[in-house]
Amino acid sequence: MKKILLSLLIAFGFLLPLAPAAANEGGYPWDSFPRAKMTDQAALQNGARIFTNYCLNCHSATYMRYNRLHDIGLSDDEIRKNLLFATDKVGDTMKTTLDPRQAKDWFGAAPPDLSVIARSRAEMGKGSGADYLYTLWRTFYRDDAKPTGWNNLAFPDIAMPHALWQLQGERRARFAEVKDPHDEGKTTHRFVGFEQITPGALDERQYDEAVGDLVAYLQWMGEPAQGTRVRIGVGVLVFLGLLVLITWRLSSAYWRSVH
Amino acid sequence: MAEMQTAPAGAGPGQRLLTWVDNRFPLTKLYNEHMAQYYAPKNFNIWYVFGSLALLVLVMQILTGIFLTMHYKPDAAKAFESVEYIMRDVPWGWLVRYMHSTGASAFFIVVYLHMFRGLIYGSYRKPRELVWLFGCAIFLCLMAEAFMGYLLPWGQMSYWGAQVIVNLFSAIPFIGPDLSLLIRGDYVVGDATLNRFFSFHVIAVPLVLLGLVAAHLIALHEVGSNNPDGVEIKDSKDARGNPVDGIPFHPYYTVHDIYAVSVFLFIFSLVLFFAPEGGGYFLEFNNFIEANPLKTPPHIAPVWYFTPYYSMLRATTDLMVNVLAVILAVAAALAILRGGFSAMAKIAIAVAALIAVFLLKTFDAKFWGVVVMGGAVLILFVLPWLDRSPVKSIRYRPGWHRIVYGVFVFFFLVLGYLGSQPPSAIGNYVSQIGTLVYFGFFLLMPWWSRVGIFKPVPSRVTFQSH
Repeated sequence: MKKILLSLLIAFGFLLPLAPAAANEGGYPWDSFPRAKMTDQAALQNGARIFTNYCLNCHSATYMRYNRLHDIGLSDDEIRKNLLFATDKVGDTMKTTLDPRQAKDWFGAAPPDLSVIARSRAEMGKGSGADYLYTLWRTFYRDDAKPTGWNNLAFPDIAMPHALWQLQGERRARFAEVKDPHDEGKTTHRFVGFEQITPGALDERQYDEAVGDLVAYLQWMGEPAQGTRVRIGVGVLVFLGLLVLITWRLSSAYWRSVH
Repeated sequence: MAEMQTAPAGAGPGQRLLTWVDNRFPLTKLYNEHMAQYYAPKNFNIWYVFGSLALLVLVMQILTGIFLTMHYKPDAAKAFESVEYIMRDVPWGWLVRYMHSTGASAFFIVVYLHMFRGLIYGSYRKPRELVWLFGCAIFLCLMAEAFMGYLLPWGQMSYWGAQVIVNLFSAIPFIGPDLSLLIRGDYVVGDATLNRFFSFHVIAVPLVLLGLVAAHLIALHEVGSNNPDGVEIKDSKDARGNPVDGIPFHPYYTVHDIYAVSVFLFIFSLVLFFAPEGGGYFLEFNNFIEANPLKTPPHIAPVWYFTPYYSMLRATTDLMVNVLAVILAVAAALAILRGGFSAMAKIAIAVAALIAVFLLKTFDAKFWGVVVMGGAVLILFVLPWLDRSPVKSIRYRPGWHRIVYGVFVFFFLVLGYLGSQPPSAIGNYVSQIGTLVYFGFFLLMPWWSRVGIFKPVPSRVTFQSH
């Protein structure tokens, strides 16, 4: 038995160097989303407000009901007053009035539904979907070569214009010419920094906070039960831990008489 | 027919009822045969809990499946939405769904460990060949069940995974295209495919599975369990005819297995409540995007439990087919030169080898990939007849046999890892080596399992009281 385990462990040493080759190549590395926001109800509520004000005009969240926002501490009245469009009811799901066919004509792609966007954008070896969204919203820049006038580092050639530009202001990206690591004869662009062109309503720190709140909300909306899940999970583990102790003693008690 | 029994005078209503039932149905008899008087070897170790755990997971999958079926809609336009409906609007739906999705992976973990136990202790050897065969059939059913179940959430990976696997059938010469059409019910994976997979997943395959599990257990209880020493406990019996090294399954192994169940549920809950996506291995991230027949994902990977076989499929390139042809030719030449066969047999071997090489080079490598992938599973069925070792258990085999098993397991894991990754040149060479190791392990077993110095097998099991 020991020999099997040992040969397996040794063998894994050989496997490890293979791993980086398979990791996701290229692309802008993702920042890490401040996870503490997931337990901050004020941040989640602010995220919901930004989401309904800025995102829901074009994107839907068809699987998400307004009244599920109870889970992050909003009452029916608050939802009606601050987040709902006039015609919607609190039991409705978050739909958009944008016609997907028109949207496709305008942007080149229909805006995806955002209900589970945070879950779907995770990549092994790169980060969670929240990390991606947090990076996406902080790497928009002006690019006159694009039809919308905007481009993005995390999602190059993105069809969506910078919807939060009034908050962040306009920025330009600076690139340096560097040698291509794969081909000596060629050069490639490498991002070196942003340059603010016009100021936004928020300074950089405030903007990061706002985006963090928005992403926290998107992450929560991907699985509204996630807080409940973890809370119940702790209780279940405590119970099962005790059960393991009891059944262990029970089993030993019976087996003591076996010789 | 047994004579009618009467309950002893003064018996309580419980015993009278039991007597009444026993006169009409062998309830006490069944209970005794399978629980209270089923004698199991007393030297089971931790490897022997996975059978019970597999049964537990099977029951859990069926129960959660019943509740999921109440809310799920097998309709290409509604399937994805209905899963999110279960996750959000159905009370406790998220828990039931995660139990089912985590349960699928847990099932394979438990079953792979259960099979490995059988492999190292020779549990498939005479007289347990049928136990093993039923087990292999269960494994095959389980793969079908998992594959078809994975289409139901109707996400991108569901869709394209099914598309890739069903397309494999079209590589079969002559009948392939019609066969894959029959499986899909359409020219692409679509609503018809979803409906038939749903039907197979919730009723057809589970029915077969349950029947096979019953056969697996009946066969096991007929011949009795093997044990880590590979000693037949029925060879030493006491005055009453019970095995000296056996103990009644109930209560000894029921309490033992309940303990194992608690530990298993603890680990299971760790995943279920804190990492239900299993890092993207149990629920793939891409599967949270609804199926889109017009948008092929850049990297299509099956769920982790299929990846070793998927690797073998991808490893079967033209180069690999050439390697196989050479190996076949060399093997035939060796058999003719060194095998000591009669002249007629030698000619037959030469002709068979020529035909095989001709076929290898005639059909597309993709077809042979499908053959390799299917063969990797089917070869398990003949294991009882490949193993010629004089002892059952690895404990009494030559020390280097352990290294052979270690290498086999290592390459199986490497194949699994590579199958989850995008194809790469180095990865492909490694998986080709892995495929050869996998098949070499089985096909050369009649030879290597006999070689070496075997330790003497004791007549009684080794057991230290707790």
